Amino acid sequence: MVDHAAEPVETLKTGTPEDAAAYLLEKFPGAVSADTRPGFQGVIVDPAKLVEVAQTIKDELGYDFLSSATAVDYLGYGDHLEMVYHAYRISGGTALNFKAQTDRENAKLPSLVGVWRGADFQEREAYDLYGIHFDGHPNLKRILLWEGFDGHPMRKDWKEAYYEDELKPFDSRWPDGGGVHRSEEKNVFGKNVRYPADFDLAKLTDISEESLYKMAGVDVEMHAMDDGVRTDTLVVNMGPHHPSTHGVFRMIISLNGESINTLEPVMGYLHRNHEKIGERNTYLMNMPYTDRLDYLSSMGNNLGYAIAVEQLMALGPRYSPPTYRAEVIRVLMAELTRIVNHLWSIGFLLNDLGAFFTPMLYANNEREKILDFFEAASGSRMMCNYMRFGGVFKDIPERIKSMATMVNDRVRDYDTMQFLSQMINERLPRFIDEYDRYLTENEILRERCIGVGVLPAEDAINLSAVGPLLRGSGVAYDVRRAEPYSIYPELDFDIVVGKNGDIFDRYAVRMQEMRESLRILRQILPRLEQTKGEPIVSGTQAYSPRVPPGESYGRVENPKGELGYYVVSYGDDKGTQNPWRYHVRAPSFINLTALGPMTRGMKIADVVTILGSIDIVLGETDR
Amino acid sequence: MSSKELDLKHVHDTEFPLPAEMQGNVAVTSLSRIYNWSRRSSMWPMLFGLACCAIEMIGTAASRFDLSRFGMEVMRATPRQSDLMIVSGTVTKKMIVPIVRLYNQMPEPKYILAMGACASGGGPFKEGYNVVSGIDKYLPVDVYVPGCPPTPQALLYGLIALQKKIDGQSLANLDDVPWYGVGPSEPAPIPILGPDIIDPRQMDLIRRQAELAARGEPTYVRELPPVVKKVKAVPSKVTKAAAAAPAEIAEDPRREEILKRRLAALARKRARDAAKAN
Amino acid sequence: MYGMGILKGLGITIKHFFATYTDEIRYGLRKYTKAVDNFQIRQGPETKGIFTSMYPDEKIAVPERFRFVPFLVVNDDDHPDAPGADWCTACGICAKVCPPQCIWIVRASDPNTGRPVPRPDEFYIDIDICMNCGFCMEFCPFDAIKMDHDYELASYDRTTVHIHDHERLIKPFSYWKSIAPTTATEEAEARGGWEHIDVIKERKKREAAAARAAAAAQPAAAPAPQASTAAETPAAADVAAPVAEAVADAPAPVVDEAEEERKKAERLAKREAALARKKAKQEGGDN
Ligand code: SF4
Ligand code: SF4
Ligand code: SF4
Repeated sequence: MVDHAAEPVETLKTGTPEDAAAYLLEKFPGAVSADTRPGFQGVIVDPAKLVEVAQTIKDELGYDFLSSATAVDYLGYGDHLEMVYHAYRISGGTALNFKAQTDRENAKLPSLVGVWRGADFQEREAYDLYGIHFDGHPNLKRILLWEGFDGHPMRKDWKEAYYEDELKPFDSRWPDGGGVHRSEEKNVFGKNVRYPADFDLAKLTDISEESLYKMAGVDVEMHAMDDGVRTDTLVVNMGPHHPSTHGVFRMIISLNGESINTLEPVMGYLHRNHEKIGERNTYLMNMPYTDRLDYLSSMGNNLGYAIAVEQLMALGPRYSPPTYRAEVIRVLMAELTRIVNHLWSIGFLLNDLGAFFTPMLYANNEREKILDFFEAASGSRMMCNYMRFGGVFKDIPERIKSMATMVNDRVRDYDTMQFLSQMINERLPRFIDEYDRYLTENEILRERCIGVGVLPAEDAINLSAVGPLLRGSGVAYDVRRAEPYSIYPELDFDIVVGKNGDIFDRYAVRMQEMRESLRILRQILPRLEQTKGEPIVSGTQAYSPRVPPGESYGRVENPKGELGYYVVSYGDDKGTQNPWRYHVRAPSFINLTALGPMTRGMKIADVVTILGSIDIVLGETDR
Repeated sequence: MSSKELDLKHVHDTEFPLPAEMQGNVAVTSLSRIYNWSRRSSMWPMLFGLACCAIEMIGTAASRFDLSRFGMEVMRATPRQSDLMIVSGTVTKKMIVPIVRLYNQMPEPKYILAMGACASGGGPFKEGYNVVSGIDKYLPVDVYVPGCPPTPQALLYGLIALQKKIDGQSLANLDDVPWYGVGPSEPAPIPILGPDIIDPRQMDLIRRQAELAARGEPTYVRELPPVVKKVKAVPSKVTKAAAAAPAEIAEDPRREEILKRRLAALARKRARDAAKAN
Repeated sequence: MYGMGILKGLGITIKHFFATYTDEIRYGLRKYTKAVDNFQIRQGPETKGIFTSMYPDEKIAVPERFRFVPFLVVNDDDHPDAPGADWCTACGICAKVCPPQCIWIVRASDPNTGRPVPRPDEFYIDIDICMNCGFCMEFCPFDAIKMDHDYELASYDRTTVHIHDHERLIKPFSYWKSIAPTTATEEAEARGGWEHIDVIKERKKREAAAARAAAAAQPAAAPAPQASTAAETPAAADVAAPVAEAVADAPAPVVDEAEEERKKAERLAKREAALARKKAKQEGGDN
């Protein structure tokens, strides 16, 4: 595709993003320009040359991993839609950020699926929510909403049925919030619905199901197998209510005999408009919402969002970075979360393998104890809402202690540090060893996992896979090392990688990662003791902080993989109180891109295990 | 056994000759009790999780809280074997269609427990364009468990509340046990995914709205219910006498003022929206 | 040998099965001697066997920071000056910070002048929207809204009971102190006393003014006896430090102030005692 004949220069592949941008500016004069808006980075690419530039970025500049691709609607500020891409090198370093702009009417951009297959779902999402058509996309269909939905809801001028006001806080709540006029009462139908003005019920057809099956290519065909046996194509629908889909995930599978021809993931059954709500919220309000993304690891979600917004705040004059103790506590929480999550994901994987509930129950014992600590520190078992910009909510308590207030209440009272060190030094290592003995050598597990659902390393990178899925394929890529944040640089741990990229390797990576987490935690404990009494938050906490204009992409290595937040503050030179764009690059969502390729040719019974080994959580997949 | 044979209503039919000592429905009440007891002690929930609350539901079923103490550990993956649907999480428009289908497939008697703020009333995601603000907009709910998420103990409390509700039911009252009435029970109408979710029960209203819109007339806006100002009990003993009188006097002008202010705010907002639209 | 892994796994299952009983035996005796609370061990990091808690008979008490739906703090009923008075000043910060916007407040206004007064007339929280995030508690400048520990809220009908109005929301300050003593103490220290912050400010202002007046009248008054009075009453220990500061600011305090402090401390102590009695009685009733 590249008509530029020059040999790729090796130094280009290790230069900074600025070098890369300079190279692009030089190579594509006229088609590439620098992004000069205050606080913005990267280059803006002419749509006509987008594919070519992307190919250059990937091949010549070595940015082989497309982390995030998302759209922004600049209504009122140039009236264009902008597609923002963040590409990384798998060897580490910061992002090269490039953008392409298109008109709001007749929005059209070339698809980059040919360059990075990982762009597949993300472009479909941009099509669904923003209405950008991607030329050359193999399967441009709605992904989160259903086919036939009216409009593209993430556009700034699209108003939902319960629309109240552009930005929060709403005026109607105070000082005159008389009566409670709930959204239902403001809506004619009493429900959260809104129909186009010229809508004709008589002509209504529900095309959502039909188009789904069409997408999977459902026409009845006859196939001749290798040995001459002729079989029908069978279409199997799994989900959205299926016990092994970890929530409301759906797959449409067309089978040839028992092996899989195509697998079409269908999602959006838990699409709860996180981003639309997030753009109306103030920066702080989004914090508890992030808890509900990957609801198994809320602490990690909090951390990623805090980092993204802190990056933005750092553009302003009055910014003080989080204190050391805050960072220590953050890492403590993040690593405990990783253990909680991996315990569950292994338990669920075993559930999917048919070992129903017993491994899960053992894992749950340990999880509950960690949750006890979370509850004592943050106030909630799952929805921790613990991180703040510049620190954390409160210091960890002296004692994990409860008060008997109700009838039959039984009180517990432990010393926190003692509890933690007991858990980290004794209980969890013992348990993980036992769990390892319990499962790893189990023949059934090995038979069903080894060599199943293989994802080769190049494919994994190309499909933007992250987390244990990527590392299971043997790619040592971990954001904690690739682009370190918090105090990870001073901590000693290894990146766990697999060899074959099958289910078993992913399982083994998780198992070993828990041990690495414990290793980190053992280094955290003395730091916690040392910093006792130091401030846990820098500066004062404003309930509606003003964030200087700019864009930021904050990412962390969440248990499920790289979790990124793309936050744009725009529209006011003095800074904004509500994000203009708030996008979540969810590892579960993008990892699913690999599900189709991984399952091709496998047996139908393996689908649940392969899905289980990706470890998705629907709150994050659908957002 | 057909439903006719089991129609216990006859026991209470006045034309049905009842011995005097049976008038108090002794037999029926105790039968009810046995019936209720067996029902409440073997509630099989459907294995079905929607969102974050589902994790707490699994936590409830797991080792620490142990649902089996209530006879509920048998989570069935199929609706045809389950008695209880725990709606655990945010109900989206895309998901309500399968949920209603699942509900219709459950055999009577069936119960719904709305777990968490989302399932009860939309929760934090209420304003979202793809969120159904409360499962009770489409299906009848027996018990609501608030919280976001309700802790396992809160869920257990809700389940006990459901058991209490069942205990209070009587076989003699057809309102309690409608499934023993004559004829099959009505299935809940399945919503349609059109340009937005369409509730078949609201077809008429939607059609009327569409006609109005097509003619260019303003679609009617629901009247907000008037602000009902409660005369609050003044809590303090000391200030009670002093405060009671002015509170009553203050009643009327204040209300008018609030309404006026709200109307003004509405007008301002309309103007703002219009300006934005242009 | 093929199948060894499975057997090993089964061995671990069996071990878990027996661990429950060995735990029982290990802690069983201590349970009966009451030296160690069996529950505490069973739920803690040392346990090896099952750790089921029998919910309605044996509830796991929630930790202090636990947050469920919010409630509003009011003065206790036996408060000497303003029993049952709202701590909330209708400043609206909680309504502004609430992420899903589920708080509705009507600020009270003076019926004669129409000017706003710092008191909520109506206060609603829709608990079907509330996400239990705790921001309202965190950012309320008057410590007037707190997260409750009562999670047993299930109901049969949401339309009637799931919008908590002012009446449903208010709980006395002593309740907050009983569910979260550490946090309440921290907050009281930050405020400078157990009272509402406005009361404290008011008092400090009065003190300062009185002190100035006193200083003008009799510049020779000795501060020594006053300080000792404050130190003598142990219940006032929390309050002592800030008060002493206020005193230090004032050039020459009057003894009356100290008297008031002492009386207040006495009241506090009495209330504490009453509370303790009440709690003891409750516990006695439960057993
Ligand atoms: S109520 Fe809260 S925890 Fe439950 S599903 Fe909704 S957002 Fe998640
Ligand atoms: S922030 Fe506190 S004082 Fe202000 S309105 Fe809310 S509860 Fe009342
Ligand atoms: S807890 Fe959070 S959601 Fe609930 S009322 Fe307070 S601020 Fe609002």
